[in-house]
Amino acid sequence: MLTKSEGLQLYRSLLLIRLTEEAIRSHYHLDEMKTPVHLGIGQEAIPVGVCHCLPKNAVTFGTYRNHALYLALTQETDRFFAELFGKETGLGRGKAGSMHLCAPGQGLMATSAVVATTIPLAVGAALAHAYRKESTPVAVFFGDGAMEEGVFWESLNFASLRSLNILFVCEDNGLAIHTGASDRRGFSSAVRSVQGFRCKTASADGSDLSAVIRATERLRAEMAQSKQPGFLHLTYLRFLEHVGINEDFAVGYRDSPSPEERIARDPVARFTAQLLALGCAQGELDEMRTGVEAQVECSLNRARDARLPADEALYEDLLI
Amino acid sequence: MTTARTYRDALAFAAAKEMDADPSVFVFGLDVPDHKRIFGSTKGLVEKFGIDRCFGTPLSEDAMTGVAIGAALSGLRPVHVHIRADFLLLGMNQIANVMSSLRYMSGGSLRLPLVIRAIIGRGWGQGAQHSKSLHGVFGHFPGLKVGLPTSPQDAYSMLRAAIRDENPVILLEHRWLYDIEGPVDENHLPLLEGPVVVRPGNALTVACTSWMTIEALKAAEVLAKHGVELEIVDIRTVAPLDETVVADSVAKTGHCIVADYDWLYSGFSAELAARISHRCFGSLRCPIERIGFAQVPCPTTRPLENLFYPSAVHIIRVAERMLGLPMIDLNHETFYSYEERFKGPF
Ligand SMILES: Cc1ncc(C[n+]2csc(CCOP(=O)(O)OP(=O)(O)O)c2C)c(N)n1
Ligand SMILES: [Mg+2]
Repeated sequence: MLTKSEGLQLYRSLLLIRLTEEAIRSHYHLDEMKTPVHLGIGQEAIPVGVCHCLPKNAVTFGTYRNHALYLALTQETDRFFAELFGKETGLGRGKAGSMHLCAPGQGLMATSAVVATTIPLAVGAALAHAYRKESTPVAVFFGDGAMEEGVFWESLNFASLRSLNILFVCEDNGLAIHTGASDRRGFSSAVRSVQGFRCKTASADGSDLSAVIRATERLRAEMAQSKQPGFLHLTYLRFLEHVGINEDFAVGYRDSPSPEERIARDPVARFTAQLLALGCAQGELDEMRTGVEAQVECSLNRARDARLPADEALYEDLLI
Repeated sequence: MTTARTYRDALAFAAAKEMDADPSVFVFGLDVPDHKRIFGSTKGLVEKFGIDRCFGTPLSEDAMTGVAIGAALSGLRPVHVHIRADFLLLGMNQIANVMSSLRYMSGGSLRLPLVIRAIIGRGWGQGAQHSKSLHGVFGHFPGLKVGLPTSPQDAYSMLRAAIRDENPVILLEHRWLYDIEGPVDENHLPLLEGPVVVRPGNALTVACTSWMTIEALKAAEVLAKHGVELEIVDIRTVAPLDETVVADSVAKTGHCIVADYDWLYSGFSAELAARISHRCFGSLRCPIERIGFAQVPCPTTRPLENLFYPSAVHIIRVAERMLGLPMIDLNHETFYSYEERFKGPF
C-alpha cells in the first residue's frame, strides 16, 4: 500500500509527463521542434510505476517512445526540451532529437528509433553486471511490436540461459503504427509464449499505476528468489496517433474509446481518484499541478532561448 | 499514353500494371496496406488485388527478406517494401549472404526474381537511424542490382523493369522525390535504365544520384545565368554500373563532379570517380571532385543537418573553383529547403 507522500511524489511524476506531452502538443505547430515525436499520453504509469520499484542505480533502455521513461527517471525538463528544440544545451547536443534520448547519468543508457534494437543491449548490460558480480538491475522497455523481431527472442533466450538480472517490460498498446496485434501475431498470448523460457512473468493493467507497482514488486521478488530474468506485460491505450500530436480515432483503423474507457485508460485520472480516496485534498493536487506547469513552461522557454549548436559541433563526439 | 503523375502515383501505377499482367507478382511489407499506404506508393493495390496480393507483415525484416527469397525461388515475384532503407539492415544476412550469392552458388540453376523497395528518409530530425541511402553498401555485393529512380518516369519504368527482372533488384526512393510531378509515358519500355543526361551543357559534368540530381539541376539553373552550362547525368542504376554516358560527357567537358547522396568514404562516388579518372585521364583538365554527406552519422538539429547534407550551393562553389570563376552572389537565389519539401512529423 502506498503512503500519502509516496502517492504525491508519484502523482507529480505522472503529471510532469502528461503536462510535458501536452506542452509539446500545443507548441508543435510552431515548427520549432523539428523532430518526429512519439508521445506517451496513456503510457505514463508504466515507466513511473516500474522505475518506482527499481533501485536508484538501475540501468534502463528504451525506444523512440521514450519521453515518459526519461521524465520518470530524471524529473528533468530543461535538457529534455532543449533536445527537442535541437539546441546546444540538449541531452544529445541536438544530435539525438526525440527518438534517441539518453541520460547515462540517471541510468538511461540508450533508446533507439529502430524497433527492438536496445533489447540485446540491455542483456549485455545485465551480462556486464553478472560478470562483475554486481547486483545492479537492468530494465528494458519496448513495444508489443518488438516481440515480432527475432532479436527479442534471441535476447530472451540468452538472458534465460545465463540467469541474468534483467526485467523485460513490454508496453503493449495493441498497435504497431496502425496495425493491430491480430494482423501481426501467430501467437495468442505474449506472456504464455515467454513462459516456455526460464523467465518469470507478470502482467497488469498499465493504465493503473498501483497495479503496475504491485506487479513489478511481485515479479522482482520472484526474480530475486529464482535468479531468473522477468517479463512484465503491461497494456495501455495509445491516445494519439503513432507519431505526431493528434488523436486519430476518426481515421478508422481502430475504434474510438467510450467516455468511460477514456477515463479508465487515463493513468492520471485513475491515480487522481485513488489519491483522493487515500485522503489527499484536491487543493493539494491542484497546487502540485501549478508547480509542474511552471516547471514545464520555464524549461520550454529556456529551450527556445538557448543557442543552436555551432558549426564545429558537426564533427565533434564521433570518436574518442 | 502520357499522363502527369507524382512519383508516388507512378510507383503505385507501375505496381498495379505488373500485378495485372502477372498473377505471380505480390507486394508485401510492414504497413503496406494501412491507410497511409507507404506515403501513397501502394495506393489502390489492396482494393484492386486483395489482401492475398498486397499484405502487411509482422515486424520481422530478417525473416521477411528470407521469405521473399524463398517465394522467389518457388516461382513468385515478391515486391518487399520498407518505409526506411535503414530497416533493410535487419535483413542484411539474407541480402548479402543469400540474395546476392544463391544463384551463383547454384551454378546458375536458381533464379531470384524479387524486388526490394525502400525509402530514404530526410529532414525533420530523421537522424542517424532513418536517413541512410545504402546504395553503395548494396552495390558492393556482386549479384544484386541497385537502382535509384529520380523522376516519376524513372519510378514507373524502373519499378516495372525491376519486377520483370529475373534477378534481385533493390530500388531506393528518396522521400523528397515523392511529391515531384512529371510526365509518365506508360508505354515507355520498362527498363532498368542506367545513366542518362538530364541536362546538356559543355562546361562541367555533374554525375548525380537520386536527390542530388535535383540539387544539381538547381545549381545548373543558377550557373546558367552566369554563362556556365553544366551537363548533368543522373546515374539511376548504380549496380551494375555502365559509366559510358558519364565518360562521354567528361570527354566533352573535361571537368567532373560526382555528387552522391551518401557518404564519400568507401562509397559509390569513389567507384565512379576511379572509373572516370581511368577512362578520361587524357581529357580531364583538373582532378575529379566528389560531393556527399559529412563523414558523421546524420545529426537531427537543423543547422547541423544543413551542414551534413550536400546541396546546390556546394555544387556551385566547387564548380566555381574547378573552372576558376569568381564567387557568384547567391543572396537572391532560393534553394531547396526543408520547409519547401517536407515538414514532419515523419
Ligand atoms: C526494425 C524496424 N522496423 C520498422 C520500423 C518502423 N516502425 C516504427 S515504430 C513501428 C511500430 C512499433 O510498434 P511497437 O513496438 O508496438 O511500439 P509502439 O510504437 O506501439 O510503442 C514500426 C513498424 C522501425 N522503426 N524499425
Ligand atoms: Mg505497440
